[in-house]
Amino acid sequence: MRRAVLAVLATVVGLVLLLSFKPHDVGPAGAPPAAVAGGGTGGTLGAPGGRGRDHAEDGDRGDDEDDDDDGVLPRPGATGGTGTAGGDTGTAGKAGQVVTGDAVDTRWGPVQVRISLSGGKITGVDAVVVPDANRRDREINRVAVPILDAETLAAQSAQIDTVSGATYTSEGYIGSLQSALDRAGR
Amino acid sequence: MIRHAEHVMGTVFSFDVRHQSTSALRAALAGAVGWLHRVDEVFSTYRPGSHVSRLGRGEIDLADCPAEVGEVLDLCAAASAASGGCFTATPGGRLDPSGLVKGWAVERASAMLRAAGATCHAVNGGGDVRLSGEAAPGRPWRTGIADPLRPGGLAAVVSGRDLAVATSGVAERGAHVLDPRSGRPASELASVTVVAADLAWADALATAALAMGDQAREWLAGLPGVAAFAVLPSGGRWWTPDFPRYAPEVAGRSCAIP
Repeated sequence: MRRAVLAVLATVVGLVLLLSFKPHDVGPAGAPPAAVAGGGTGGTLGAPGGRGRDHAEDGDRGDDEDDDDDGVLPRPGATGGTGTAGGDTGTAGKAGQVVTGDAVDTRWGPVQVRISLSGGKITGVDAVVVPDANRRDREINRVAVPILDAETLAAQSAQIDTVSGATYTSEGYIGSLQSALDRAGR
Repeated sequence: MIRHAEHVMGTVFSFDVRHQSTSALRAALAGAVGWLHRVDEVFSTYRPGSHVSRLGRGEIDLADCPAEVGEVLDLCAAASAASGGCFTATPGGRLDPSGLVKGWAVERASAMLRAAGATCHAVNGGGDVRLSGEAAPGRPWRTGIADPLRPGGLAAVVSGRDLAVATSGVAERGAHVLDPRSGRPASELASVTVVAADLAWADALATAALAMGDQAREWLAGLPGVAAFAVLPSGGRWWTPDFPRYAPEVAGRSCAIP
């Protein structure tokens, strides 16, 4: 009963991006996952009264089918934007697939995420559209996106609940795998 | 479920309570969070006015401190004795019990949640983890061990119930642990993970093992109720004979997580 939830946290200055994903929902003709943008909590993780999910509650424990969206910020209207860039759709178990989520407008600009799949497993994640209105945004995105990829893949393949590691600083936490897990509420 | 991340002690404490949220559990969580802040006020070496800072400067006596200070210093003494001095409450000659305060504080916070009926939860204090019960009925907790050489990657996964997992390493803060025997920064190990029943003890042993270096392998293997895993600066790794009980993957050809 593995929960097929993948949550991705991208830390771009003041931007929290969450992606809720259900592999079994995504067939060649299936609906793409929605990319959802969180409230502006990037700079205030853990701050009391913040709008983020530092203190999310989920009373729906034990229902694997229904709780994929639990704790994930509301999906935006899933209208169009379905860039399902189909890859090879050969044998179901081996098919490589690329699924692009809806572009979502955030207060920092549009965000769009793409996932690569193979045999129903995530093999890659990247952001195809990130806010880059200024040079600083671009610099930060260059760093944030690759970190996001590596952490997402590690968490997905290992099915972990938490992370033990050398003490991170408060700042280091923000881009950490533990931070992604906290936000995923898996 | 209740999840919460609290910034305190210069790092982040993550709570993951696998029970239906009730007002009693939320109150227990608030109590545990308050406890962490109180520990910071009393034990922080970054606050000149904390009891530990003042005690270290000789301005007050142990009798002037909350009882917890004596409790922690006793634990430090026990860890020092058990590690041949590789753990010390006075690294660099100054009173600083940080080598186990975080693990000790998490251990207590976890106990507070258990006392309120939350038998299944995880508390992660800046990378030191106390797991209570199991993640879900029939499913043990799975704790990824951060790979100190590959940010974002995992070096192993520890699986189990009612466990403490502490990791000491050079990953983010650089070589910050001194070998009390030489006075030089410890550098033989990139990180050491200790699995035990109690997080204060696991934290102390991990700190001591990092300072001890390669000799820690034999030392940790000889301690009852303790399993350990280390990553070397070369990328090599070793573990004690009990460690594969928690991490079957490491016994295979490759201990790296795909």
